Amino acid sequence: MPTEEHVLPETALDVVTPACHEEEYEVVYHKPATMVDVHMHYCPGCAHSLVHKLIMEVVEDMDIQEKTIGIAPVGCSVFAYDYMDIDMQEAAHGRACAVATGIKRLMPDKYVFTYQGDGDLAAIGIAETLHAVNRGENFLIVFMNNAVYGMTSGQMAPTTLPGMHTTTSPDGRDVSYYGAPIKVAELLANLPGAVYVTRQAVNSANGVRRTKKALMNAFKYQQQYKGTCLVEIIGNCPSNWKMTPAEASRFIDEEMVKTFPLGDIKLPQADNLKTV
Amino acid sequence: MADYKLMKGNEAMAEAAIQAGCDAYFGYPITPQSEVLEYLAREMPKYNRIVMQAESEVASINMVYGAAGAGFRAMTSSSSPGISLMQEGISYMAGAELPCLLVNVNRAGPGLGTIQPGQGDYFQSVKGGGHGDYKLIVLAPASVQEMADFVFLGFDLADKYRNPVLILSDGAIGQMMEKVQFHPYTRPQVDKSSWATTGKPKTRERNYITSLFIQPERMEEHNLKLEEKFKRIRENEVRSEEYNTADADYLFVAYGLSARICQKAMDIVREKGIKIGLFRPITLFPYPYKRLEELAAQVKMMLTVELNSGQMVEDVRLGVNGKVPVEFYGRMGGMMPTPEDIVHHLETLIQYHHAN
Repeated sequence: MPTEEHVLPETALDVVTPACHEEEYEVVYHKPATMVDVHMHYCPGCAHSLVHKLIMEVVEDMDIQEKTIGIAPVGCSVFAYDYMDIDMQEAAHGRACAVATGIKRLMPDKYVFTYQGDGDLAAIGIAETLHAVNRGENFLIVFMNNAVYGMTSGQMAPTTLPGMHTTTSPDGRDVSYYGAPIKVAELLANLPGAVYVTRQAVNSANGVRRTKKALMNAFKYQQQYKGTCLVEIIGNCPSNWKMTPAEASRFIDEEMVKTFPLGDIKLPQADNLKTV
Repeated sequence: MADYKLMKGNEAMAEAAIQAGCDAYFGYPITPQSEVLEYLAREMPKYNRIVMQAESEVASINMVYGAAGAGFRAMTSSSSPGISLMQEGISYMAGAELPCLLVNVNRAGPGLGTIQPGQGDYFQSVKGGGHGDYKLIVLAPASVQEMADFVFLGFDLADKYRNPVLILSDGAIGQMMEKVQFHPYTRPQVDKSSWATTGKPKTRERNYITSLFIQPERMEEHNLKLEEKFKRIRENEVRSEEYNTADADYLFVAYGLSARICQKAMDIVREKGIKIGLFRPITLFPYPYKRLEELAAQVKMMLTVELNSGQMVEDVRLGVNGKVPVEFYGRMGGMMPTPEDIVHHLETLIQYHHAN
């Protein structure tokens, strides 16, 4: 019996029992339970929400929620701890790899990953990143490359394409003035401490599948191999590229991959294996 | 009774860190405190603890952030220019309420300055340093013994209040050798499970470390929470030491190395029949304003002595609140006043105030 406080108004809609019962359908896809069930602040068509979900799918698939610690430094994704249902640390701009070093060195059995944008990793945090990889810190760097500063609304990043228009390169990036875009994956792959380096994109169903595979590999390699894993992900930023999501996806295929070719750059070798 | 050892201040501090159960030390070489990293690089591995020479002070403080955020006892040390580089991270740690131990073996500045001792970082240490509203608990050792003792105290206070603690030493106390005793230490039990990022079990909500509160209402709420904590620290953690204050007509006020020099100056002045005492703040935050206010009712004048252009003297004047003259004497640039210099300055001031 409904209590007095809980009498539904007459205008309340009847609950309609769905015609199809659950047992008639096989669940083929669900949002990972390792995601917090809240609305995200990301723009429509942004790659961050998708990559957050991929990482959390990997954490769920591997059943490592209890062993995973993420680090989200300043950038659009600084609020990642609002969405990922794992222990996380927010970090100062560019310092994620130093923070991750502090965590992983003290808890070598945990899975640790940083989630960094291009301004964060390739500009203000290049020193911390390069030295962490050179030491072969045993964590995963998820590097989101969308060629602009997103959070501060579209300034030029170290990865901005030649000629690309941003709010601080209004006439297009002039490489004679600002240099060429930094190819982070290729640069860091040169260091002996890097064990797995790959570049993927999430602007197609195939790309999303390959990116998830790369992330899954990188999480597993943390336990199997000595060294740092870097998964660079070319992401779209329709708001700051001043494009529709569909146009932004095409821009990746037609322009971004010319400077940032997709694929594995470095794979683990047998002598990278951790000794048991 | 523990045995006495003869140690440098920096080494005593490093040894104390080991005995205090420091899980991790991250640092970068800089004179005059490199002995800390060198000592720990040699000794920490024997205890299976983490010691790392980072690529910069910026990296060091952020490694401390990560380790402290995961619930471990972590520390770093540096000297003035290096501490300036850490200010961003220190502000983040204060904002995120992470306990850690910081040590500044103060050298003279500004800029690259000199490697000689100084006290020019007083304002940086107690008035902010980094951005935003926060306070560090600041301990000022005046001997090698205190360099060791304050490491234990510093870690305990950091854990108790979830706040960074800074030991503000200087190049002389860091480099000089004195006898030091290590007392048996029992680490207080502190439960960090409600906030440390150790991996989220099914049985609890996720823990996250952050200093980001984008909604102004929540930011102010957090600021008020921090202020409440700093109020508790002000009420409970003020420490100071007094010499010959019972009958004093005049008072030296000095911390750290300056207090050591003033001790000798006090002895010389007392020989001459002038009743002078010495007041030594041990905590620079929280500052012993109240006791200085009480002493202002008793003495005719105070002379603050510092190795800078006059920084702590502003806090002495805040405590005294105009009741008696508060004078200042200092040397800079790594130059040390002799006790005789201080005595001469004091006598001139006494004559001046007597004549006026």
